[in-house]
Amino acid sequence: MAGINEYVILSCILFGLGSIGFLTRRNALILFMSVELMLNSINLMLVAFSAQRADMGGQVMVLFIFAVAAAEVAVGLAILISLFKHIKSVDINRFNLLKW
Amino acid sequence: MDKYIFLIPLFPLIGFLINGLLGKRFGKGIISFIGCMTVGFSFIVSLFIWKYLLSLEPGHRILTQTLWKWMSVGGLSVDVSFMIDPLSMLMILVVTGVGFLIHVYSTGYMYEDESYWRYFAYLNMFVFFMAMLVLGGNYLVMFVGWEGVGLASYLLIGFWYQGIDNAVAGKKAFVVNRIGDFGFVLGLFLMFWTFGSLSYLDVFPKALELFEQGSLPINSPVLVAICLLLFVGATGKSAQIPLYIWLPDAMAGPTPVSALIHAATMVTAGVYMVARTNVLYTLAPSALLVVASIAAATAFFAATMGVLQNDIKKVLAYSTVSQLGYMFIGVGVTAYWAGIFHLMTHAFFKACLFLCSGSVIHAMSGDQDMRHMGGLAKKMPITYITMLFATLAISGLPPFAGFFSKDEILGKAFSFPYYPMAGKIIWFIGTAGAGITAFYMFRLIFMTFHGEFRGTKEQEHHLHESPANMTVPLVILALLSLFGGWLGIPELIGKFFGHVPNILEGFLEPVFEHSSNIVSQFAHHGHVAEPVEWTLMTTSVVVAIIGISLAYYIYMVHGKELPQKLAQKYAFHYQVIYNKYYVDEIYEFLVVLPIYYFSVFLWKVADAFFIDGIGVNGPAWVVKRTSSIVRLVQNGYVQTYGAFMLVGMVTILCFFIYR
Repeated sequence: MAGINEYVILSCILFGLGSIGFLTRRNALILFMSVELMLNSINLMLVAFSAQRADMGGQVMVLFIFAVAAAEVAVGLAILISLFKHIKSVDINRFNLLKW
Repeated sequence: MDKYIFLIPLFPLIGFLINGLLGKRFGKGIISFIGCMTVGFSFIVSLFIWKYLLSLEPGHRILTQTLWKWMSVGGLSVDVSFMIDPLSMLMILVVTGVGFLIHVYSTGYMYEDESYWRYFAYLNMFVFFMAMLVLGGNYLVMFVGWEGVGLASYLLIGFWYQGIDNAVAGKKAFVVNRIGDFGFVLGLFLMFWTFGSLSYLDVFPKALELFEQGSLPINSPVLVAICLLLFVGATGKSAQIPLYIWLPDAMAGPTPVSALIHAATMVTAGVYMVARTNVLYTLAPSALLVVASIAAATAFFAATMGVLQNDIKKVLAYSTVSQLGYMFIGVGVTAYWAGIFHLMTHAFFKACLFLCSGSVIHAMSGDQDMRHMGGLAKKMPITYITMLFATLAISGLPPFAGFFSKDEILGKAFSFPYYPMAGKIIWFIGTAGAGITAFYMFRLIFMTFHGEFRGTKEQEHHLHESPANMTVPLVILALLSLFGGWLGIPELIGKFFGHVPNILEGFLEPVFEHSSNIVSQFAHHGHVAEPVEWTLMTTSVVVAIIGISLAYYIYMVHGKELPQKLAQKYAFHYQVIYNKYYVDEIYEFLVVLPIYYFSVFLWKVADAFFIDGIGVNGPAWVVKRTSSIVRLVQNGYVQTYGAFMLVGMVTILCFFIYR
């Protein structure tokens, strides 16, 4: 059986992968996917601790995070589509109008 | 009756407000009526109060009225209050009486002017402030009036402000006045610090009390300082050395203004102030010596400057400076009532002289140069006779007014109780000055009214006598120049006319009685024997006659060539005196230019470079440069932002874990 340590390590590895993806990839959609990966890694950790402590609070929070992540992706994709209409690309290096 | 004192300044104030705010729409008739009647009413109220004052016992002739408490801060409590005693009674009668005559004269003189309403508004404002000055019950109310008349003077000198010289003259008068006022205020500070109050009825009894106790001896430094500082203010206001320079320039204003402000009233404020402060001055003889010496020097030098001037008003201006010197000699040798006596007679004859000169200038179509005049006596008989009366008065010939007052002053100077030696010298300088006075005044008369006319044909056609509203005041003032002196007939002469008393000296005695007591206790009793007194009196008359004869010889008998030949023979002296000893130029070089360059320095360097450049623009520049670097953080790349966020989060987590 996997103990709590294994779940935590897995969660951290997933979070790290998500971060690296977020910081290094150029495609905006890949960025969204990395963000989802990070969020889900946190979900995993929460559920693991919830099972270990027999506390429902962790799982409730996970439900919240799902809802928020979904909403956030919806909004983010809408913004991306708007931007795409102007810039004709999803390369984030092209989204630099807010620079000095 | 003392409830009505406030009406005296109130009427001119109302006149000023009405004419000033609404006058532009009124016709000349209404403006004249309001302007003159307000001063007229003040004069009538003054007469009633005088009648009441005379009904009181001589020692109890003090009326006070307190309007409201002006300020009570720290130890200083000052009310807006008035005090009428014989001294201020005399002053206010002169101010409102002569003022009224000059207002009436102005209705004729200023008739053609388009700012007629503004003139009368300012003139009423002046009378208001002058009334506050002489009626005030404490030094602060006096100072309000003091400053106010300076303001009115500035506005009236620069009345025709469209001409830049007039505006400059007004500015000069005000600035020089202010310099004197600085000294005056310092004196007030010191007075408050020493006596705890600025009210006449507090300070003088307190000073006498401290003197009797012995804690305020004769010539104590603080008292001398107060008196000298107050005198600095008087040199500014009353045009003595070194601050007289504004008065000749002030002739740029309308002639009635010169008559009222710069002859009869404002310039006498300094003399009034010293007379009012007689208790303190008597206790500080060193200050009196300074006052009398400066006054004697002024009287003499100003007289010499008047000898060569060609502008009729400038001659009268220097004459005023000189006569003010005589007044200060009077109060400076503790003969306070004599100084005030001369103030009164001078108001009569100097106002008459100025108004007559205005009449002449009007007839000459605005030309003031005496070299273009001549033979005007036939064309303007009333002006000529009245001016002659006034000139005889100023020359000090009996029975005219100037003789009695000037002689009283010089006689008392000769027997200066505190410093008899200095007194003799002052007498000598004063008598010499009197001779010069007679000389230049009759030079004026001869050049203007006698001989042949030297102007243009056009001017000659225009010569005419002035209308009644101008000549009637002239006549009244001329009569006062004749009879006014009879209020102060000295005992020496009065004996022969059936013991005629010296009315004025008796009237003013209670005001100066403490001073007289102190002088008689602590100084050589300045009593001269009768023969000496007769000698002094005849000397001054003889000197005046010599002056007149010399003027007659030079300007009448040999009028065509002698003046020019003398000017060429003594060319150096002529140039120096004609240019008024270059005093204005010296001041310009020593005082005005350094201050000017210093202020340019303050402007360009201190203000523009330091304060603006470094103080204000400096921080702005720093912010600009820093932000141009800091903004590079915003490169618009989401990933950079993400990286920063991650690093920050990790740092905080570590911080909490390893705390």
